[in-house]
Amino acid sequence: MISLAKWSRLLALAVVAFVLLTAPARAEEEAEGGRVPMPNEVEAKGKQCVQPTDVMRRNHMQFILHHRDETMHKGIRTKQYSLKECINCHVQPKADGSYPSIHTKEHFCNSCHTYAAVHIDCFECHATHPVGNASDVAAKTETGPQSMDKAPAAGGMAQ
Amino acid sequence: MNEQQTPATEGCSSSRRNFLTGAIATVAGVAVAPGISLISLAQARPADEAVSKDTRWGMLIDTSKCADGCTDCVTACAKENGWGIGSTDEQHSADTQRAQWIRKVDLRDKHTGYTHTLPMLCQHCENPPCVDVCPTGASFRRADGIVLVDKHICIGCRYCMMACPYKARSFVHEVLEDQKPYAPRGKGTVESCTFCVHRTDAGRTPACVEACAVGDHHAMLFGDLNDPRSELSQRLSKEASTQVRADLGLNVGVRYQGI
Repeated sequence: MISLAKWSRLLALAVVAFVLLTAPARAEEEAEGGRVPMPNEVEAKGKQCVQPTDVMRRNHMQFILHHRDETMHKGIRTKQYSLKECINCHVQPKADGSYPSIHTKEHFCNSCHTYAAVHIDCFECHATHPVGNASDVAAKTETGPQSMDKAPAAGGMAQ
Repeated sequence: MNEQQTPATEGCSSSRRNFLTGAIATVAGVAVAPGISLISLAQARPADEAVSKDTRWGMLIDTSKCADGCTDCVTACAKENGWGIGSTDEQHSADTQRAQWIRKVDLRDKHTGYTHTLPMLCQHCENPPCVDVCPTGASFRRADGIVLVDKHICIGCRYCMMACPYKARSFVHEVLEDQKPYAPRGKGTVESCTFCVHRTDAGRTPACVEACAVGDHHAMLFGDLNDPRSELSQRLSKEASTQVRADLGLNVGVRYQGI
């Protein structure tokens, strides 16, 4: 019969051995950022979200789902749980003044949804960045979509 | 903000305060004087208040003032809502397939040769056929009379496009990018004029009406059909106007003059 103290010692020894043996492998993984694509910590404009971060992480979909129906059907346009306001705060221009694409990890929403393996349809319709004078928007409009040539009568769409 | 400013205000001399009060009253008086400002201010609803059936938005279009060849309303709508002309989307679609929320229609009397032109858009019916046929409830009429598509539940079957007697709806065939934040639109859903619902909710007039006034045509008038004091109701009660396809009994929200 092995005493409890002896069991504890054995367990502690096993833990120490495991940590020592796997240390090089873990160091390598950490250096590469790990096998899991971790979410990109994207800086928001504001200092405080509308709810604590853990609440938002768990419940943001409920908040915006509820708000979407209120806005769509009743015309209630409060800002607290508005997707537009999420974007206005969480999507900020990069160093070159352009906004991150929704398809990249630099985009706040896509960064975490890639990590969580959740496919969202929001941005097939909704704007992915705040409206402003971001250089990419202006550049895209100026470089000329083909339809400009086809319909000259109604003029351009310069922002 | 106000609390911080209070001590400063208290520090003002009474004559300065009187001057400020007087100035504010004067400004308010000027804004009220033309009448229109008063109405538009009264219509601005708080952001957290739901729309009610006390309001019914409508429009009066005077075709005699609608200039031949002018597309200001169409351009303004496209720019405001990010569809069609000049936008980056629907590059692969034929002209007849592309979104068209509002279009200019030229009419000619075969017997007399008289021609005139008018903008045709969603008529925001009281009894909308598009809502009747929608299998998912995506097509709906808001309490204040604006007929919309809830694209979250639209399955893109296009029954509403078939049902609409005014050919007012479009289907998006392609993946879109760079939509306007206040006018989400995407592939596989049906869309149409929203009376610029984001502007209407903020107490402003739709982009087409604004553009028509800016172009000094004043052919389009937007207002509340349920408010007897609104300029729209005043004019409708005194002047003749027509519903397009009145025989269908849809009680449209958009009425025309001179057709």
